[in-house]
Amino acid sequence: MEKNCAIEMKGITKRFGQVVANDSIDLQINRGEVLALLGENGSGKTTLMNMLSGIYQPDEGEILKDGKTIYIRSPREAYEYGIGMIHQHYKLVEVFTSTQNIILGLNDGRMDLKAAENKVNEICDRYGFEIDASEKVYDMSVSQKQTVEIVKVLYRGADILILDEPTAVLTPQETKKLFAVLRNMKADGKAIVIITHKLNEVMEVSDKVTVLRKGKFIGTVKTSETNPQALTDMMVGHAVSLNIDRPLYPDPRKKMIIENLTCVDEEGVKKLDSVSFTANTGEILGVAGISGSGQKELLEAITGLYPVKEGSVRFIKSDGSEVELVGLTPKKIRQTGVGMAFVPEDRLGMGLVGSMGMTGNMLLRSWKKGKGALIHKKEPEALANKVMEELDVITPGVNYPVRRLSGGNVQKVLVGREIASEPEVLMTAYAVRGLDINTSYTIYNLLTEQKMKGVAVLYVGEDLDVLLELADRILVLCGGQVAGVVDARTTTKEEIGLLMTQFNAKEDER
Amino acid sequence: MTTLITLIVAAVTFGTVLMYGTLGEILTEKSGNLNLGVEGIMYMGGAFGLAGAFYYEKAAGAAASGPVAITLAILAAFAAGFAASAIYSFLTITLRANQNVTGLALSIFGTGIGQFVGEFMRVSEGGYVALSNHLKEAFSATIFPGFLINIPVIGRILFSHTVFFYLAIVVAILMFLFLKKTRYGMYLTAVGESPSTSDAAGINITKYKYLATTIGGGISAIGGMVYIMTTAGCVWNHEGLSGVGWLAVALVIFCMWRPLNAIWGSVLFGAMMIMYLRVSIPFIPTELYKILPYIVTVIVLVLTSMRNSRDKQPPASLGNNYFREER
Repeated sequence: MEKNCAIEMKGITKRFGQVVANDSIDLQINRGEVLALLGENGSGKTTLMNMLSGIYQPDEGEILKDGKTIYIRSPREAYEYGIGMIHQHYKLVEVFTSTQNIILGLNDGRMDLKAAENKVNEICDRYGFEIDASEKVYDMSVSQKQTVEIVKVLYRGADILILDEPTAVLTPQETKKLFAVLRNMKADGKAIVIITHKLNEVMEVSDKVTVLRKGKFIGTVKTSETNPQALTDMMVGHAVSLNIDRPLYPDPRKKMIIENLTCVDEEGVKKLDSVSFTANTGEILGVAGISGSGQKELLEAITGLYPVKEGSVRFIKSDGSEVELVGLTPKKIRQTGVGMAFVPEDRLGMGLVGSMGMTGNMLLRSWKKGKGALIHKKEPEALANKVMEELDVITPGVNYPVRRLSGGNVQKVLVGREIASEPEVLMTAYAVRGLDINTSYTIYNLLTEQKMKGVAVLYVGEDLDVLLELADRILVLCGGQVAGVVDARTTTKEEIGLLMTQFNAKEDER
Repeated sequence: MTTLITLIVAAVTFGTVLMYGTLGEILTEKSGNLNLGVEGIMYMGGAFGLAGAFYYEKAAGAAASGPVAITLAILAAFAAGFAASAIYSFLTITLRANQNVTGLALSIFGTGIGQFVGEFMRVSEGGYVALSNHLKEAFSATIFPGFLINIPVIGRILFSHTVFFYLAIVVAILMFLFLKKTRYGMYLTAVGESPSTSDAAGINITKYKYLATTIGGGISAIGGMVYIMTTAGCVWNHEGLSGVGWLAVALVIFCMWRPLNAIWGSVLFGAMMIMYLRVSIPFIPTELYKILPYIVTVIVLVLTSMRNSRDKQPPASLGNNYFREER
């Protein structure tokens, strides 16, 4: 096909403070072509596309449309250049019909809903969308809402469409439909970009793939000339040595047996699909997976925060007796004498109370022990001081609101408190996210220390290099299923990368 | 029969007051602003409306004409409500103060201002503020000719009311058409439902919120003026207005944010408010009788939430301030 370049990005660099989100990236979007923008979480895909849709402005580099340099200052200007982006979070007014949503903000004379509805139906017929122009959005399924968003962009005359992880919320059947529509639009000469980290989808729908890694441009290849293995290598890169100390615990025993754990969210989507594994004492079990593969649900289901549909979580006490945790509330779990600690992803939301000091936050874990109506501050205060000293928490005092501490110090307070409860199972979700190198190592050391005390540690992480050196075994989740459990000492980054991205593809082939 | 007709006419008189308060608050809440200051706004409307008509008559003397006095009273009340809501808008929209707290503060502030202006007029005019009789009549006269009113039964029910009642109906119908049929009405609804969506669509949130809240406040304030000029007989009366604003807020929920419902809803609530004066039921203390409208509101709230239809729910972002940066 003849090259018909719609948009060209040259040397685009975008910084947020000291973080370089995009580092001199070149990208070409052609008409009549589906370009897949591939990369792990945080690789800068969405940031790059937000610069095309007018949400951000690049710090360096230029954007050319049909060979002319353009400046896109707002989403409205992006529309004027024919660029439309469909975000992950839909922006729709629920009590309006699809047509009302589609024409919202358009100023083309008198409002004529009938004419607009006809135009919407016309667009739907042309590309094979299945929506009712007069249906209210609150009655629609997620995929229909997405369709409304796409039609909205087309209605405004966009010929360059950017879809940010469009399949994240869709069922396989809906995904197939979406891809069919994308092919129709491609045949109609539209330029399409899909942001994704699912390799099977890249292979299925795209013509070209551009890979980003940690904000850097890795390369652009034709889909027909590449394969999933090569793309995975481009995506994850080569292993980097971090020198994390990993001693071996002499006497590992089974601590927690999880069998066929299945969880379903409010919309009926399976978040966990018969997950089975064992956590041992004196072991860090790393949990790897693309974000949203069920990591959060797994930890919350074990701690009794997320409703479990099927399966069992059996905790083995030190005397050998077993306790079934499924169906118990967090309070009951504690009452049965199961020592479990949870460092959630959302530190100041689920973990700590931001406006309280360290003492108050320590109290949250122990207030049940107190008697009478008054609070006893001595013990938690002593604990707060201990955590402050041992973990080098930098704070003006134990009563200083933790919200005002830096991210690293907040995490130290949280981890310190959880460890102080002397748990038998310690679960952490993205424990080092947003922390600097030194604090990260402090956390690694703390976890290893706990492991050597015989604690079963579950470490949900996103950095594969860390998982490879910190964990003893790695459980890989993919789409809510266990893609595999590998020995962290012998496995390779490529193997995990493949498990993370391609498990579903294999399922489809069967 | 006569009792029933009298009851209906009295209900309409009081209902008119509520209708303005409710319509104004519906417009305000459609933009996502929960203005709990209606009580204060209506007080201010009452005091300033009276002041407008009173000082006009003082200046014009015997030549004062009814229609001019009515127009000035409406304008003065509207301006007072507009100004009070402008304060509210500035605090909640621009400075993003908590809407509930600001609304309650405005209630107290407005009540105080209303009392002050009313009392100030009374004292400075030597203890008594009242319009001359021919102006009083202008305020309470109907706009329809006598033969229509004399039609049996229907005549009094339909045609015997003051100009304010018919004006309120016009406002309700206009507001309905605005919200349902015009682009700007649709945008206003969108702002109240999902400001971030509207913002992304390029709608000026601040402008819509300010205009809806201030104009809504102005309309609410007219209700206070109507009370003083009709029910209270053109004399400053600080007791009769108390609670009316809160009732208007409850009525908004009762009407499910639809202007046309406000027409019959206000009259119904008006009837419930004055029923204890006209229809006495033995063994029931008046105090219990008086809470009737509030009980009905609670029942309606329960029923509407049970029916769980999204169309009957309050604007989705009601009570929330909009920060663009917060996602």
